[in-house]
Amino acid sequence: MNPNKKRLRRSMMFLNAQKPGLIKDPYIYKPDSIMLDLEDAVATNQKDAARFSLYHALQEIDYRGVERVVRINGLDSEYWKEDVRVCVAGGCDAIRIPKTESPLDVKAVEEEVIKAEKEFNRPEGSTLIMAAIESARGVMRALDICESSERLFGIALSGGDYTKDLQTHITGTGIELMGARQNMIIAARAAGIQCFDTVYTNLDDMEGFRRDVEGIHLMGFDGKSIINPRQIDIVHEIFTPTQKDIIFAEKVVKEIDEKKALGIGVFTVDGKMIDIAFYDGAKRTINLAKASGVYKGDL
Amino acid sequence: MEILKPAVAGTLESSDAQVTVEPGDGKVEFNLDSSVINQFGNQIKKVVMETLDRLDINNVKITVVDKGALDCTLKARVEAAVYRSVDQYDNLPWGGIIR
Amino acid sequence: MINAVGRDIPQEILDITGKEVFQGVHYRDGYTYKKDGPNTKCVINSNGSKLVKDIREALVKCEIKDGMTLGFHHHFREGDYIVNMVMEEVHNMGIKDITICASSLGKAHDKIVPYIEDGTITNIQSSGVRGKIGEAISTGKLKGLAIMRSHGGRVRAIESGETRIDIAFIGTPTCDDYGNCRGIGGKSDCGVLSYAMVDGDYADKVVAITDCLVPFPNFPAHISMTKVDYVVEVDAIGDPAKIATGAAKPTTDMRKLMMADYCTQFVVNSPYFKDGFSYQTGVGGASIASTISLAKIMKERNIRMKFGVGGLTKPMCDLLINDQVDCLLDTQDFDLAAVESVKNLKHFRISAGEYADPFNKGAVVNKLDFVILAALEVDVHFNCNVVVGSDGMITGAQGGHPDTAAGAKCTIVIAPLLQGRTPAICTDVTTVTTPGESIDVVITDYGIAINPARQDLIEAMKDVDLPFKTIEELRDIAYSITGEPERVQFADRVVGIIESRDGTVMDVVRQIKPFEFADEK
Repeated sequence: MNPNKKRLRRSMMFLNAQKPGLIKDPYIYKPDSIMLDLEDAVATNQKDAARFSLYHALQEIDYRGVERVVRINGLDSEYWKEDVRVCVAGGCDAIRIPKTESPLDVKAVEEEVIKAEKEFNRPEGSTLIMAAIESARGVMRALDICESSERLFGIALSGGDYTKDLQTHITGTGIELMGARQNMIIAARAAGIQCFDTVYTNLDDMEGFRRDVEGIHLMGFDGKSIINPRQIDIVHEIFTPTQKDIIFAEKVVKEIDEKKALGIGVFTVDGKMIDIAFYDGAKRTINLAKASGVYKGDL
Repeated sequence: MEILKPAVAGTLESSDAQVTVEPGDGKVEFNLDSSVINQFGNQIKKVVMETLDRLDINNVKITVVDKGALDCTLKARVEAAVYRSVDQYDNLPWGGIIR
Repeated sequence: MINAVGRDIPQEILDITGKEVFQGVHYRDGYTYKKDGPNTKCVINSNGSKLVKDIREALVKCEIKDGMTLGFHHHFREGDYIVNMVMEEVHNMGIKDITICASSLGKAHDKIVPYIEDGTITNIQSSGVRGKIGEAISTGKLKGLAIMRSHGGRVRAIESGETRIDIAFIGTPTCDDYGNCRGIGGKSDCGVLSYAMVDGDYADKVVAITDCLVPFPNFPAHISMTKVDYVVEVDAIGDPAKIATGAAKPTTDMRKLMMADYCTQFVVNSPYFKDGFSYQTGVGGASIASTISLAKIMKERNIRMKFGVGGLTKPMCDLLINDQVDCLLDTQDFDLAAVESVKNLKHFRISAGEYADPFNKGAVVNKLDFVILAALEVDVHFNCNVVVGSDGMITGAQGGHPDTAAGAKCTIVIAPLLQGRTPAICTDVTTVTTPGESIDVVITDYGIAINPARQDLIEAMKDVDLPFKTIEELRDIAYSITGEPERVQFADRVVGIIESRDGTVMDVVRQIKPFEFADEK
């Protein structure tokens, strides 16, 4: 398995691949991933130019450890196959498929990726895939999509198109996204992959954004697509375990390790009943804290 | 490669460059207008010439209006303009003469 | 001759100007001199009026002649009409060889370039120049030398008699017929007249120009009738929209917000951030954002500012409104909120001399804890350039940069690492405006460098979670992205000098040479 499949992806920031001023140094804002867009952000008559710009950015800009995802054009367009070629040739970390409706979409992209990895001498499996779900059909087939490829690290909701398909619109309350979010996070967890929420486009309403992120964090999402670096800090703050959580998780892990050796099954930590069922959750908190750079302990 | 028709790529936004290629008179004619010509004029010329060289172009009139583009952007704009001039949009030689 | 910031100052320039090379910030501490004074034409007869019908009549009465030095202030900034109006008359009268001694010149004065070209104006002394005048000087069109001097340096030059102003023109928002000038009221309200006060005190002739003539006495006067020879009423002294703008909307540019945050964190973690501290900041997006976040932390920690200095904008004036600062000391108002704030009893007007002059018995800048500045370039010696663009063209002004940097205990410079392809952190600045010995901290979007001369600050910050780097590391990051810039190709002719605030020569500016490709020479 590609070791990056489960990496930390709290914030995935969209950037127009055609804009040199945007793609030259987004890493200073420290998002976990950037998503260089060849699709909606790029005008039809600039699709070709965007690929050259993308290729050299991938090859020559040191993104300092930030994951480089590329959103390719839709499978219903004439662009996507060349998009895949340039992504793989440039050595991107992952490809985001827009408007995914079925496992066949993922398979089709995977096939092109494999071809391109051969053509450009990239290690097989080095290019990961994520699938954006933007329709009612896609949501209903979420589990099948999640299980369609070993390269697929996650699925992402794309709320704009999805709500249109549902014949509603983005309201800011989240009510229109409830079903899709619930369905998708369950599917992703069932398949053991990650799940990412849609963008929040109103940059003037940072409080609304915060509520939105808090909500999807509690739902179990791994991260959120974002459109502006101003949104990064809030996402990271909400997705990063608090020191209180970390200390508790650390105690739980240590106690369980210790008590297990002594054959004790149930005990208390800080007055809470703890058993082995808490182990994975506590480990996950420590791992997330490590990946977020806030854990300084020895676990 | 041979430049078949005039073509333009890029914008006049900050950090970008607008590159125009036109069929030449048997040689490479290079024109540069840059906001950083005093500090990077020679470097910009070098990158543009090397890119043309890789694409095997020696008959072109090329005009670069640079707004502080990095080398990677300059290359991208030159290549985009060149491939537009020959109408090739697929099966591009990524990693070959484009690199 | 090599000066204390490593710049080679041609002997010829030292001979022409009679100046010494820069020898360190405190070189002239304790220097003793006799102040200059104006030739004064007394007004004893009570029958007259100081009102004259137009600028031309004022010029005639002041006996304008070739070779004179004319003083101007820049309180109307990019909205100023005064310089153009006066110089047009001077030109129409066929006067030549004028020296302009302005507290600053900007794009508003592009129109005087033809007067530079035709020899009406042959010398310019200013904090700096922007726009077409900068281009004219850099391309060698000014016959004499341009002298760029700081706000404090200008007062020093005038008080010490190095520069004698023959006629000062003081644009004033309100004035009475006897010459009492106030910076407030009228159509062109600019709040204060700080930079013009020295002109009032030292120019031989003083002409007040207003577009709002008010009944006598226009009191309390910011510049008194006792110093004014003539008063001229004109239709407009400036464009109010460009004199004081509406308060800038706080920036939403994340790069600036990041630098603002670094700056605030640095300030609050430094040993000078304690009850009763003093502070000056600029008008850039990052400075303004930093002031806003600083105010929040001051409130949380119950820390008050003793005094704020400026160059004021709304966030500084808000500190006064919210009772977070004891008083403001004001030399210039950048927005309407600052102009409005002047009415506050704890908002004090100060002269440019009180603010920054190194040649008086102590200026306000000496009492500053923090100053937050910007720069076009900072080099690995922490020298700053705020006057000459990286392309070699004169494009900025010293302002109070070297004055406040010299005075403040903690001088912080904020600059984004890259402006397009131009690295702000470099090996050697194009020209030195402010010496590295005055600069303590440089904050960029890529990290923060503390001047190694300030081991105390390095020590104070050792446990602070900020992206500290060495200045060389910052330079290396910049060059790794942009490539190493070539040195600008200058001609031999010196077109201007960057004067240190104490009157010594910090650097020279040479004429720019049209670019030539290395392989086409």
